[in-house]
Amino acid sequence: MSGGQRVTRFPEIPEPLLNVRSAPGRNKRMIPAPFDASVVEGLSEAGGPPSLPDVSEVDTVRHFTRLSRLNYGIDHGMYPLGSCTMKYNPKIAEEIAARLARIHPADAPAMGRVLKCLKTLEQMLQEICGMDACSLWPAAGAHGELTGMMVIRKAFDIRGEKRRTVLIPDTAHGTNPASCTIAGFVTKNIPSGPEGYLDASALGQHLNEDVAALMITNPNTLGIFEREIRVIADLLHANGSYLYMDGANLNAVMGVARPGDMGVDCMHVNLHKTFSTPHGGGGPGSGPVLVKKELARFLPAPFIVRDESGGFVLRARPSEESIGMVHSCLGNVSVCIKALTYILSLGPSGLREAATVACLNALYLKSRLKDLFDLPYATPTLHEFVLSDARQKGRGVTTMDMAKALMDFGFHPPTVYFPLVVAGALMIEPTETEPLEELDRFIAAMEEIAETSREDPEKLHESPRAAPISRVDEVWAARNLILTWSDERIQPGEKGI
Amino acid sequence: MSYVSHNGAELRKILETIGIASPDEVFASIPEALRYGSPLAVGGPEDEESLRRDLAFHPSRVTFTGGGIHRHYIPAVVDAIASRQEFSTAYTPYQPEISQGTLQAVFEYQSMMAGLTGMEISNASMYDGATALAEAALMALRGKGIERIAVTRSTQPTYRSVLATYLAHTGQDGIREIPFDPKTGRVDLRALEESISPDTALFVQSPNYFGVIEPMEQIAEIASRKAGFWGVVITEALSLGVLTSPGAFGPDVVLGEAQSFGNPANAGGPLLGFLCTRKEHARRMPGRVAGLSKDSEGRQAFCLTLSTREQHIRREKATSNICTNQGLCALRAAVYLSAMGPRGLREAALQCAAGARYLMGLLGDRGIRPIFSGPVFNEFVIPMDEGKRAGLEKNGIVPGIPLAGWYPEIGRAVLTTVTEMNTQEECRCLADNV
Repeated sequence: MSGGQRVTRFPEIPEPLLNVRSAPGRNKRMIPAPFDASVVEGLSEAGGPPSLPDVSEVDTVRHFTRLSRLNYGIDHGMYPLGSCTMKYNPKIAEEIAARLARIHPADAPAMGRVLKCLKTLEQMLQEICGMDACSLWPAAGAHGELTGMMVIRKAFDIRGEKRRTVLIPDTAHGTNPASCTIAGFVTKNIPSGPEGYLDASALGQHLNEDVAALMITNPNTLGIFEREIRVIADLLHANGSYLYMDGANLNAVMGVARPGDMGVDCMHVNLHKTFSTPHGGGGPGSGPVLVKKELARFLPAPFIVRDESGGFVLRARPSEESIGMVHSCLGNVSVCIKALTYILSLGPSGLREAATVACLNALYLKSRLKDLFDLPYATPTLHEFVLSDARQKGRGVTTMDMAKALMDFGFHPPTVYFPLVVAGALMIEPTETEPLEELDRFIAAMEEIAETSREDPEKLHESPRAAPISRVDEVWAARNLILTWSDERIQPGEKGI
Repeated sequence: MSYVSHNGAELRKILETIGIASPDEVFASIPEALRYGSPLAVGGPEDEESLRRDLAFHPSRVTFTGGGIHRHYIPAVVDAIASRQEFSTAYTPYQPEISQGTLQAVFEYQSMMAGLTGMEISNASMYDGATALAEAALMALRGKGIERIAVTRSTQPTYRSVLATYLAHTGQDGIREIPFDPKTGRVDLRALEESISPDTALFVQSPNYFGVIEPMEQIAEIASRKAGFWGVVITEALSLGVLTSPGAFGPDVVLGEAQSFGNPANAGGPLLGFLCTRKEHARRMPGRVAGLSKDSEGRQAFCLTLSTREQHIRREKATSNICTNQGLCALRAAVYLSAMGPRGLREAALQCAAGARYLMGLLGDRGIRPIFSGPVFNEFVIPMDEGKRAGLEKNGIVPGIPLAGWYPEIGRAVLTTVTEMNTQEECRCLADNV
């Protein structure tokens, strides 16, 4: 080890790449061999073994276990990523979903029961959202947005209307405009009002006969309920346009208020947020789409229907009016089953309690932090709130510094630099599953960071110090683009670059 | 069940700190008219044992189903590693300092996928093979001079359906379908030659949906001469264990479904879309990608890179809207490939091929021959009427996937798949009952 390096608490770093551990003959796995493979001839012209590392079972287990120790999960502690709803993922849901493992989707006798459960989930989501129909096939939130916007597009196409503009408030997630583009729309960014919500009286100037829809997130990414949403919906409907709702923040209002009752025509929910299925380090998620009756016939194929004997089957071929398929099979089925397990586990009172406590926990944090950090919007908030680095910046301490410093206190940082309407935003969503001690520990960490930013701002630039590695040079990565271990710039046998 | 920790005293402390008298006051900013007065009509609450009782699922006794979703041996280490909460409950690795586990595993996944497909780079995953195809088509259309998409009719029908859905809004005048030779089940090379031009992006699945291995050298010769962009679609990733790497034929992109790598059938999902390409296309590739970097002390580190293509930076100009992908499925694939190794992957692939040949032999003895004569990997199409198929299913034997809905020209037939999960006895059971 070269001089000047700190003594790390993570002997895993750097964990050599798997190919570095490889040596011919290490892997001694016994493969199930029910058939006589010597009969197979002429399949491979190249003939050589596939290009993979040759490591033992112990090598595999140690390697990935060491890697796992470099991660931070929800079972470690608070994960206050705003608009991501990182709540505890119940273990029972994993256990139940694992029962699907050996069922093939073409195993019709076995699928009857699965489809019945999926149908039940559709109905539960319709009830929770106040919508009339549902499709579970989108595999993630952005996939749900895309599917929903394709449904809206189809509704206009069928009517022979060529509306192409979608209005998107400046607080929206980046996926909103990206999904609209792929669905063939042009997006127009519209400013939210001075109080942090969309001003219905200001919406009129943007409405014209080319406006297909407004895409809104409610509560929005500032954690503020769009209090004029019903009026906004009426204005849109009078203009012949639809109201799309990004359901990323549904956790705040679950069991309390329903998007369908607010005038929403089409929306998606994120099962991996509100309904507690794990994020998996970036998926698999699930982004079911829900619509009002008028749009139901455009939903993606296939459809779960009852057959003559009362069982559940898929109507496989797209109907004439469906947008078609959006997934090769049934989306992330086992994620849906986890969400079903979660809803059944909590029941109606539990869902409402979750929303209530999610808001309570966020408001508790906000009450205790608002005097230490800049709070750009005084408007009441629900399940999340946004602070900024305005007070710290004068001393050279940025949101990035504070985010990285939180790692040294054992927390995952909040969402940073988003929403874009707040410079240096820190968007905090604790969720309902955080215990009071954890909230207090987070407050203590933030207090200490605020104090350090006053007394020793330099120190914060060096954070994190207690994480497995120090700050990563993302510019270097983008400039050099080393995306596989075969890249000739990686020296064989060496640990990295 | 409730996963909220607060007891009464703690709740009171929270309410006092906020300065409200009752929990419901947190919703004061929601207009009264929009509140939902009644309890939600959903089931529950249920205790865990009731959930276990109510949510039971069982597969059929004997199955020969594939068609893009495959049942394969999964080493026990895959579940053991993938169920570690450090991997399963983590978020997308935007904060690399505390996400090195996910990031390095993704980098290794990318490395192994690129190696197996014979391509230079791979993204971090897509939703499934079908959306990978749709995204690859959009990627092709972003290239200079590409204006139309052609795909072989023997490409998985659901993939073509998803492709059509995605392209409905691009102003394309439809997708050109290249027919197959009704005798061999292979692509009609003459039709291929005639229907593509430099403004075409061509996609060919091999082994194709009928299980037939396409004549890749001839296809590559035509594609490289006539198409502006071309891609190979793989729906059975295990075929990469024994067939020539598609990258050897020089395509622009190799994409498809890698569920076979350590991910169970799961009643249809989650699946694992993959997309591998050449370095020159890196900046218009969709999806996340992990890259090597270093930390401020010069140590090996990984982070998400090329993010200037992505929705959170580029918004409406992004190369794709994808955000959450299939991270844990990619991790499972990485652990699986590590556990299987080069010899294991090859042996498992050979077992699939051997099993298909064994079953074909048994069926042949009873006068049932595959509809197509082209060479297969582990799937093949046999004639079977609906009554026979339903009868078998009733007895717990699922003989394959019926094709008539997608291919009326073939008639009553099923796509039958054999893997190393089937036994000789199961094959005999099917053959004896057909």
